[in-house]
Amino acid sequence: MNAPALMSAPLMHLPPVVDPSATSGVFSLLWLVVALPALGAVVLLLAGKRADAWAHLLGCATVAISFLISLILFFSLLGRGHGDRQVTQHLWTWFSAGHYTVNLDLLYDPLSALFLLLITGVGGIIHVYSIGYMEHDERRRRFFGYLNLFVAAMLVLVLASDYVGLFLGWEGVGLASYLLIGFWQHKPSAAAAAKKAFVINRVGDMGLFLGSALIFVTFGSTSFAAVSASSHQASSGTLTVIGLLLLLGACGKSAQFPLQTWLLDAMEGPTPVSALIHAATMVTAGVYLIVRSNFIFSLSENARTAVIVIGCITLLMGAVIGCAKDDIKKALAGSTMSQIGYMVLAAGLGPAGYAFAIFHLLTHGFFKANMFLGAGSVMHGMDDDVNMRHYGALRKAMPVTFATFAIGYLAILGVPPFAGFWSKDKIIEAAFGQNFVVGLCTLVGAGVTAFYMTRLMLMTFETSKRWEKGMHPHESPKVMTNPLKSLATLSALGGLFLVNGWITTWLTPVVGERVEHSLAVGSIGMSLIALVVVGIGVAVAWQLVGSRPVPRVAPENVSVFTRAARADLYGDAVNDEVVIKPGVAGIRGLGVFDGSVVDGIVQGLAASLTAISVKLRLVQNGFVRSYALAVLAGALIVIFAMLAVNFS
Amino acid sequence: MSFPWLTVMLAVPVVVALALAFAPKSISATTVKQIALGTSLVVLVLGIVMAIRFDNNGGMQFTETHDWIKTFGAHYALGVDGLGLSLVLLTVILTPVVILASWNDGDEGRWGPKGFFAWILALEGLAVGVFAATDVFLFYIFFEATLIPIYFLVGGYGGPNRAKAAVKFLLYNLFGGLVMLAAVIALYVESAKATSGPSYLLSDLSHLHVGTDVGRWMFLGFMVAFVVKAPLFPLHTWLADTCEEATPGTSVLLVSVLDKIGSFGMVRFCLVLFPEASRWATPAVVVLAVISIIYGALMAIGSDNIPRLIAYTSVSHFGFIVLGIFVLNSQGLSGANLYMFNHGLSTAALFLIGGFLISRKGTASISRMGGIEKVAPVLAGLFLVSGLATLSLPGLSPFISEFLVIVGAFVYSPWAAAFAVTGIVLAALYILVMYQRMMTGPGPEEIASSPISDLNLREIVSVVPVIALIVLLGFFPKPLLDMLNPGVQHSLVQVGAHDPTPTVPLSGGSGEGGSK
Repeated sequence: MNAPALMSAPLMHLPPVVDPSATSGVFSLLWLVVALPALGAVVLLLAGKRADAWAHLLGCATVAISFLISLILFFSLLGRGHGDRQVTQHLWTWFSAGHYTVNLDLLYDPLSALFLLLITGVGGIIHVYSIGYMEHDERRRRFFGYLNLFVAAMLVLVLASDYVGLFLGWEGVGLASYLLIGFWQHKPSAAAAAKKAFVINRVGDMGLFLGSALIFVTFGSTSFAAVSASSHQASSGTLTVIGLLLLLGACGKSAQFPLQTWLLDAMEGPTPVSALIHAATMVTAGVYLIVRSNFIFSLSENARTAVIVIGCITLLMGAVIGCAKDDIKKALAGSTMSQIGYMVLAAGLGPAGYAFAIFHLLTHGFFKANMFLGAGSVMHGMDDDVNMRHYGALRKAMPVTFATFAIGYLAILGVPPFAGFWSKDKIIEAAFGQNFVVGLCTLVGAGVTAFYMTRLMLMTFETSKRWEKGMHPHESPKVMTNPLKSLATLSALGGLFLVNGWITTWLTPVVGERVEHSLAVGSIGMSLIALVVVGIGVAVAWQLVGSRPVPRVAPENVSVFTRAARADLYGDAVNDEVVIKPGVAGIRGLGVFDGSVVDGIVQGLAASLTAISVKLRLVQNGFVRSYALAVLAGALIVIFAMLAVNFS
Repeated sequence: MSFPWLTVMLAVPVVVALALAFAPKSISATTVKQIALGTSLVVLVLGIVMAIRFDNNGGMQFTETHDWIKTFGAHYALGVDGLGLSLVLLTVILTPVVILASWNDGDEGRWGPKGFFAWILALEGLAVGVFAATDVFLFYIFFEATLIPIYFLVGGYGGPNRAKAAVKFLLYNLFGGLVMLAAVIALYVESAKATSGPSYLLSDLSHLHVGTDVGRWMFLGFMVAFVVKAPLFPLHTWLADTCEEATPGTSVLLVSVLDKIGSFGMVRFCLVLFPEASRWATPAVVVLAVISIIYGALMAIGSDNIPRLIAYTSVSHFGFIVLGIFVLNSQGLSGANLYMFNHGLSTAALFLIGGFLISRKGTASISRMGGIEKVAPVLAGLFLVSGLATLSLPGLSPFISEFLVIVGAFVYSPWAAAFAVTGIVLAALYILVMYQRMMTGPGPEEIASSPISDLNLREIVSVVPVIALIVLLGFFPKPLLDMLNPGVQHSLVQVGAHDPTPTVPLSGGSGEGGSK
């Protein structure tokens, strides 16, 4: 399949222009959505021990109020006319140099409106859950401070009206992620994972840095409004390069190939963090970036092709990794990689897929947060053991956790009528509409997803008890199970977004008209095929895991493929051999070079000058003066040379 | 005649320093420290009042001009524009911070606290002079004079190898200074040809026309001195050796303040006096700057000694500053000017907090630290914020300057930007690996058995203003940029550089701009 055929959809319309009106009325509250959690973070991190008693309450309250305001804003936006759904609030001018000015403005439009609800809604639920989960941690106040910091930064990311403003939130969530992965930093593995996440993200950030610079050079501004207004005038080569640089940034933040290795290690963080940051919100920021930059990607087929390829590779990689993991959180992390691969792929489809990328991002936010919190609930009852080989038959011991987890499971599998069915099906459909190979990738991915999720369900809740001695699994307290129930409800009902194609219409002012492709088998035919593939995945899992005893220790005599999947498909091994080992050796060599060669040459020059001066002069005391005199002599020679040049 | 602000700011600390030096032996150490702190606070207030009275669009201000040596055309002439004022402010902000943070660091040195704080105050006065001098000869005198306090602060109060370090420092800087002297003398020769007679005043010299070759030679003379000062590869090795032996306070004054003379000098003298030569040298300087960015960062990653590591990060950051200056466009030069101030703050915080830890542990070796966060969370937290500033996290002030420099570099050449931008990954490595090794983990046995104490009130009070300023300027750098930007435009006009227009016009109405 050659590249031109891969990209056949003709572009019918220019991408829509970001042209917001100034905030008025209720929209003037927009800044509060960010300011409240930001204030919460500042108070919680500076207040000291005296705030320990009420810190978690404040942490939840700020996000809850932000959620309420987001709801009010959402319905106000809904009440506006279709063409009038972009508002902007000017905060202040951040910086300017020459003709380049960056404003810290907030942009509230249908896209950011959905993110506000996701971040503050799911974020709020996870805050409440954390009250119970972190109850016995002596640093719970700090934990809530970091969570509030994260929410504030994530809101900045989706509300920014400029690439540099977006970068402020982008790095802010990176910082919060760093602090929270390494929250238990007395564990060397946690500290190392935190650093790894930040550094690999920085590799992606180079793309965002250079992309912003190229955007400035091309358009004279980095604001979405200015770029979207003129992007169609830029050369296709420039747009492709901008697209690829932004994609590099997205790969870092969203753990896409080849920058995916940090996400599995990030599971060192407390489980609510994995649910909020490394499943529902932050890791999807790359998808947001691509969809937000639709005025770049819609105009560059080559950039979109790259996005699709990255998405395909990652969705299969993540799924394969998810199959081999015994650590429940890492299995879910592999799944997250894979699901974000779906979203990235959908975003790469351009106008045919933007809305579905966001749709899947939202439903995934519901069901994956649901399952991560469920995993946390299981760990809570199993003394923080994460090894599924030590689980089994937990359905009876944890009925609520099981029931809610099961809804998340059905949702991610894409069983109707749960949320994932609607969103994933749409992506598979759109992928086949674009290209058969891409469609096949999504279909195979769906089958593998069914396999690893069924394996996880069976190993955890069914099969025989394989608990450690003296383990008494118990259901978690209400403060944890109620959030599970809320998220399970959302996982079940999330498909409502699609009633009458609501979400595609809603997002049209941001991403443009959707391009439809009709499939030979039709929509329903496609759904049936997908369900059959999912059924095969479930059946294979039942055959391999459910119908026979699960060994308590992972078997060693496994195939090359299992071994590769257990080693995260050698992502870390490649980094070690290609980057880290040569890097360390190079730096060691550089140290020797600096000390002996660079310093040596300069010192040697000085020493020879000294030697000459000592010979030229009669013996005198004082090293410094002798150096000075020697150098002065040199300087005088230079002067005479110059005068000679001058007067000749 | 108007109030001689700059002379007073220069003279007050120098006079108090002299008084302290010749004060009777009976004067107690505490009194000495209080006098030093009080003096530096008075100077800080003067600086703040100046900043308030400063007119951003008024060019050189607070000017004073008196004939000094008529035969040379030398004047006692002071004045500041935005860049000069920002660096004077940096000096007067950091001096009280250093005095408070180094409260006990002079007690065991060669001349006791009296000498220590006298030299610090003398250094403050001379630094104000060097940033305010508008006469090249006067600048040269101050430039050389600042070496003396640092030489004695390193040689009298540093670590075990301080004598060697002090001599190495002096050797490099005298070399640079004397090469510059050659250029200063040549400048006299050139200006003496003018009908109005010789003059070292910047305002006169900026209209001077020199031949291409002579201009380039003189440019090189100044540039060598400035490249030693704001250390660029390959003239950087003195910095790490000096910082390793100096007290943290001395390192702050050296790296955050005095090294800025180099980058300040490039803007004030190289660009303005030798525009043709500056444009001619741009490709070479840009290459050198980019090498410094990467080289300094790699050396920092490989360092096991805290002050050495911070010194190498500064080599990398000076690479950014010089890159921003020599790409000769608004974004780069604004970024570089802002970078000078921001780097001063973040590096100061890093040196001082690192110093607090070193004095507690009795070692500067990173591999012998570990688990500090558990026993001293305030120390670790403030160190992390300083580190995040150093790696240019958005929301902290150095980000804006680094971003502008990279944008400026991209305007000049995408390749320069592509190499320079690797600095942001390397910075994340040197800061976070250092933090991981020092602060996280279970830590060695001895920390568990005899835990170190967290920061005391004096230490917190000394560094918190710096951190607060870093955060404030991270979100709201406008006052500082408004102060700097008119000077940037002036420098660009002087050097004859123009910002390119965007490839796609902003108005976007014509619809014919692209090649789609």
